[in-house]
Amino acid sequence: MFDIIIIGGGVIGSAVAYELTKYNLRVALFEKENDIATGTTKANSAIIHAGYDPVPNSLTARLNVRGNELAHIICKKLDVPFKETGSVVCAFGEEDDETVRKLYHRGVENGVPGLKILNKQELKTLEPNISDEATTALYAPTAGVISPWEYALAFAEVAVQNGLELHLSEKVTDIKEGNVVVTEKGEYAAKYIIAAAGVNCNDIESMVAEPDYTLKPSKGEYYLLDKSAFGIVNTVVFQCPNKNGKGVLISPTVHGNIIVGPNAEASEKEDLSTTADGLSFVRTAAAKSVPTLNLSTNIRNFAGMRANTNEEDFIIRFVRAGFLSLAGIKSPGLASAPAIAEYVRQLLEKDGLSLTEKENIVDTRKRIRFKELSPEEKNALIKENPAYGRVICRCETITEGEIVATFSSPIPPVSIDGVKRRCNAGMGRCQGGFCAPRVLELIHKHTGIPKEEIVKDKSGSTVLSGGAL
Amino acid sequence: MREVIVIGGGPAGLAAAISARDNGATDVLVIERDTCVGGILNQCIHNGFGLHRFKEELSGPEYASRFAENLDNIEVLTDTMVLEVTADRIVRAVSRDHGYMELQAKAIVLAMGCRERTRGAISIPGDRPAGVYTAGAAQRYLNIEGYMVGKNAVILGSGDIGLIMARRMTLEGAKVHACVELMPYSGGLTRNIVQCLNDFDIPLYLSHTITDIRGKNRVEGVTIAKVGPDRKPIAGTEFDIECDTVLLSVGLIPENELTRGAGIPIDRRTNGAYVYENMETLCEGIFACGNVVHVHDLVDYVSAESERAGKAAAIYASGNKASGRVIEVEAGNGVSYTVPQKIRPENCDKKVDMFFRVRNVYQNVRLVVRDGDRVVASFNREHCAPGEMEHIVVPVALMGNAEKLTVSVEEVK
Repeated sequence: MFDIIIIGGGVIGSAVAYELTKYNLRVALFEKENDIATGTTKANSAIIHAGYDPVPNSLTARLNVRGNELAHIICKKLDVPFKETGSVVCAFGEEDDETVRKLYHRGVENGVPGLKILNKQELKTLEPNISDEATTALYAPTAGVISPWEYALAFAEVAVQNGLELHLSEKVTDIKEGNVVVTEKGEYAAKYIIAAAGVNCNDIESMVAEPDYTLKPSKGEYYLLDKSAFGIVNTVVFQCPNKNGKGVLISPTVHGNIIVGPNAEASEKEDLSTTADGLSFVRTAAAKSVPTLNLSTNIRNFAGMRANTNEEDFIIRFVRAGFLSLAGIKSPGLASAPAIAEYVRQLLEKDGLSLTEKENIVDTRKRIRFKELSPEEKNALIKENPAYGRVICRCETITEGEIVATFSSPIPPVSIDGVKRRCNAGMGRCQGGFCAPRVLELIHKHTGIPKEEIVKDKSGSTVLSGGAL
Repeated sequence: MREVIVIGGGPAGLAAAISARDNGATDVLVIERDTCVGGILNQCIHNGFGLHRFKEELSGPEYASRFAENLDNIEVLTDTMVLEVTADRIVRAVSRDHGYMELQAKAIVLAMGCRERTRGAISIPGDRPAGVYTAGAAQRYLNIEGYMVGKNAVILGSGDIGLIMARRMTLEGAKVHACVELMPYSGGLTRNIVQCLNDFDIPLYLSHTITDIRGKNRVEGVTIAKVGPDRKPIAGTEFDIECDTVLLSVGLIPENELTRGAGIPIDRRTNGAYVYENMETLCEGIFACGNVVHVHDLVDYVSAESERAGKAAAIYASGNKASGRVIEVEAGNGVSYTVPQKIRPENCDKKVDMFFRVRNVYQNVRLVVRDGDRVVASFNREHCAPGEMEHIVVPVALMGNAEKLTVSVEEVK
């Protein structure tokens, strides 16, 4: 009997696992894919929003602002790449100016620190490449950019060290009376089930009761530009939000690239394809903010899925006794993740779950980032372990030592993209063209998985079809 | 202080190092990131290398070995990655055996080669399943690792590596359904079209492109459409092919991150450094050669160009700087770039080798070098195409007092 079963290994499920494994509870997490962070968590704008967007007094407003505050602390503690770049919401004309003022007041009401309305000149100073058409902007200094998958992995890795029973590649197929989770591999009873299933929240919830909301999945497509484009913007550059979302943004990433997107198209939730029309929309919209933006430095297009519903707010409530559903967690879900976890803990406590803190918990995480070390540190490291002297991913300067270290991490990767999410190998301009065969070799060597069975990402995405004649 | 440091141990680096040694440099160091020298030639097990240089038909590894076996008195550091090069010729590198190194050189030769353009660079819409590879990556899996990447392939782009892989995959039992080329002409050598596609009945779709890739986890199929003169897909011309693999052969990009890091000016047309007649970059004492300067189609030309770079590096390291007035070379009508972009006539040995690519397919034209209206040199060509690099040799004496030379494609009158 588990105290807690979490369904879903995205950033929300992982953050909840991180929070609850600090206490004397038996916690399990079930994820249908072979890794943490393979859904919306890995495909979004990677922004820790400041919190001026959500309607005041909403759950979203509160959790966004609190989540931003927590991100600053947790990222330091768990060694997650995060940079407080600040953000600007740019206005193009009087109607937008009004929106900017409205967002400013909303932000102040939500308790967002440091907000300021910039005039044209101030905006130009902050963002020299911004369009001359931009009139004013809302500046939010606490907004930042993060590595979303490393955020989720950090939560989950620490949780595993604190006793989380992680079940990857185990899809939940039903939930039976008595709070019994049924998977492809077994049945597990729990005092509490917490559903953090992202775009699948309605499917999981309907195993218990008919959801009282409608899921309206919305797809967003992106460009990811080469590091040579870095510097075109300094902050997260938004346009004024509209009914479809926060609009197309241009932002630095914490990895040193530039991200451009997303559009917003109602979509089947499984459809993560990019489209000529969607990408064309993004190109046009982005040019409005920064006319000189050069998309020919693109290294990757991708699409992510928003778990939008007919409700504006996050939908977090007990559907029935012992079943807590975290539904409709769309943007700013990433920014809110640790605050949602904190809120979940409070709800459970209020429901009568007794929480006593574990005596010895892990609450730190550190990984070696060779590229960032000083020459002396590099030398010392290579002397200690020569594998750090062999660069495998030339674009990102990722060493064999860093890749090998992932296999002895709390959640070892089983795919080429799993390695990428853990140490950045293959994230650069050649997109693994050079290092993927070498990473595949290392996966084989350190996990024993036969080469023909090694996958690029999810189950079924095999890289090789077999031996040569 | 090292005399000459060559970065990259592929065909360009090896030829440069050997030439530097043969021209008097006694302390030459080659730094190679792979575990052995030879570069991309090691995975090019097909023949056709060396026809110009050795008058023989060699495989890639055989061609490389002609150089690799001639490295006496040259130090080679393999399994070593250069992290940074500075304009004052400091090389920072790292390896398992030697840790983090900082080396000062009198002269540097940049010979890092190029990399393949990826799916992202051309923004093909669709799903993102496994099964989409650059042709070179698939070639490595097959020829070095001994694994096939798929059984039913479509190749996008008709660059030479794509054509070679069409044949290679077929010989290994795969079905190659089509080679799809955006342009109205192939980007590869004619002999590869004939020997790799025609001989195996693989259809070449010119003026076509892939407009969609489908597949949840592994590629399941592609949509192909005809493109108009604007290279945009024409609605209604789409057709589908079921396949499990898409190979991309959509261009090569000189790998100039180190060059940029050193602040060396890059020509936007070649994506390589601007170079003088002796392959010196605009940063004194730093030379560049091979595919890092401009993408070649024949390794024979890479070797020759790199020998000039190696020689010049040795001369520079011995204390003799190149000097004199500079003639600018411009790409005129029908020419997309020239290498070199700058000529110092006083630094030339009678003739200058000039390389360039034409912008289109031409029949019976003249390649003309002009100083204003004056024709400096003219060369007749029955056929030229963007996929085949042009090489002309222009005597310095004919350049006279020119300040600027323009290379153009002109009609034969």
